[in-house]
Amino acid sequence: MSTRAWLLSDHPTSRRQARLGQSYRTWLALRGNWLAMVGLAIVLALVLVAVFAPWLAPYDPVVGKDLNTSRLLPPLSPGHLLGTDDLARDILSRLIYGTRLTLMVVALVAVIATPIGLLVGTTAGYFGGWVDTVLMRFTDVVLAFPRLILALAFVAALGPGIENAIIAIAITSWPPYARLARAETLTIRDSDFIAATRLQGASSTRIIWKHVVPLCMSSVIVRVTLDMAGIILTAAGLGFLGLGAQPPQPEWGAMIAGGRRFLIDQWWVATMPGIAIFIVSLGFNLLGDGLRDVLDPKGRK
Amino acid sequence: MTGTTHLRGRRGALWLGKFARLVLTVAVTFFGLLLVTFLIGRIVPVDPVLAVVGDRAPKSVYDRVYIELGLDKPLWEQFWMYLQKVFTGDFGISFLSKRPIVDDIARVFPATLELATVGIIIGTVVGVPAGIWAAVRQGKWPDQLVRVLGLVGYSAPIFWLGLLGLLVFYAKLHWVAGPGRIDIAYEYAFTPKTGLILWDTAMQGQWGAFANAFSHIILPASLLGYFSMAYISRMTRSFMLAELAQEYVTTARVKGVPEWRIVWVHALRNAAVPLVTVIALSYAGLLEGSVLTETVFAWPGLGQYLTNSLQNADMNAVLGGTLVIGAIFVGLNLLSDLLYNVLDPRVRRRA
Repeated sequence: MSTRAWLLSDHPTSRRQARLGQSYRTWLALRGNWLAMVGLAIVLALVLVAVFAPWLAPYDPVVGKDLNTSRLLPPLSPGHLLGTDDLARDILSRLIYGTRLTLMVVALVAVIATPIGLLVGTTAGYFGGWVDTVLMRFTDVVLAFPRLILALAFVAALGPGIENAIIAIAITSWPPYARLARAETLTIRDSDFIAATRLQGASSTRIIWKHVVPLCMSSVIVRVTLDMAGIILTAAGLGFLGLGAQPPQPEWGAMIAGGRRFLIDQWWVATMPGIAIFIVSLGFNLLGDGLRDVLDPKGRK
Repeated sequence: MTGTTHLRGRRGALWLGKFARLVLTVAVTFFGLLLVTFLIGRIVPVDPVLAVVGDRAPKSVYDRVYIELGLDKPLWEQFWMYLQKVFTGDFGISFLSKRPIVDDIARVFPATLELATVGIIIGTVVGVPAGIWAAVRQGKWPDQLVRVLGLVGYSAPIFWLGLLGLLVFYAKLHWVAGPGRIDIAYEYAFTPKTGLILWDTAMQGQWGAFANAFSHIILPASLLGYFSMAYISRMTRSFMLAELAQEYVTTARVKGVPEWRIVWVHALRNAAVPLVTVIALSYAGLLEGSVLTETVFAWPGLGQYLTNSLQNADMNAVLGGTLVIGAIFVGLNLLSDLLYNVLDPRVRRRA
């Protein structure tokens, strides 16, 4: 029996086989969507570039060359594919190292915001009553602010810097996940297997973490993937306003802000990082759209 | 006769109950907004007393201001004082402009309102037909085109597109005017009344100034319009697809109603109700986009006021601005909710 037949078997003999088979089917469906594959390729490329940045980047991202000869060189200059900025730093190298910051922001926000959203949502949905009312009111209040504005206010209070920007974005990102997790919890709260677990004497904490959360995970993960582009754009916006990553860090939003002064005559300094942001957030959008089509049959038209 | 009045009375009572619940929800949300801004104000590492008296003030002055600001009282009492102040319209004094923050916000708000309104008009006028076009030609190239334009709108940083727009249409092609709301030459050609320059100049017949202001606003407003168009066209498409699959559309086709009439009259009228709420929501979304857009275009509105205050650590102004934007956001959400209830007879009856 080939691996493929084993994976696609209609009568799985073990739990592992069933689970792997399900993932394989998801993958097959995703593979049929070429736009999602483009998105996946972009995201994978982002990860690889971030991992191998020191080997890929031809120059140092922070220390520039001779200010007299190498300042503001146009793209396609010898040795500088995308040109140099006002401090004679190679733009390509800065973009390559910038992938690390972008990836760090996305990953940390996801790691901080997803558990908060899951915890709030599942707790509210599972207990219902006044716990639900209080938690969801709180969620609605955070949702009532436009996201960037609330993140701005937090960064203003905490002080500029990439760590604070990450905290601020995470604080403003969890409410949609909480709503989603609550909706999912409500649909499974009264099912028989939950009642059976409760009769066996499992505590509420155990039921929530072991039985409710795993079932909410897939829809929340799709939502987080769809949000990644928004997270990247918010982080870039904070960087652009000078509230995110601080110079000389090669953060893309801050790089655009730095190139703004030379926009008219040296357009490439501000344009190149924008293209990088655009490609990466497009990749996450395409991948998220594809995942939603595959994992959420309700959203399919 | 009595039956109908009885019914109407009960429906009225239901309406009232629903309205009361809505008011309560909004009240709780506003309370939450105030609490959040208050708490953000309290975690600031900047000493609010030093911000008032300066760092060379003697100890006695420092202590007096400390007590005046109520910092010796417990947190909940400080929050109560904050509530009282906000309800009397007192957001404190801006450290930057030395004026009450309410005055500052009232001064800059019309600029944002004007920009966002022109933006949403562009977004609606382009987005709704684009969405209808995509729905009618589902799966064909117009559908793909609208989809791709939407994806680009979701993926591109707005401040970067703004910079590119300035580079291409202002610096290179000279099609539009640059940053700011109006050229200095025209600044005194009219008397500001509402603060909406397009409105003021048009009312006073100053068409030269109007044209100038228009060429200033068109680029940032198109940019904001593009971002709301991405959302509006996507939603229009899905509403129209749902309507076009309904049986009344088939009936109309069987009756021989021309296709344009089915799409633009029959289906669009039914899709219009949820669309109105979508447009109201994206109007609120423009407030968010305006922070970055105004910074790029040196547009003297609420967004630029907020970022200016941020960069100068003017915390009172930041919190006042945040609160006002949050309140407008909640207000527009509420409005879209109400509009939905008023416009759709099915929802009205279900209430």
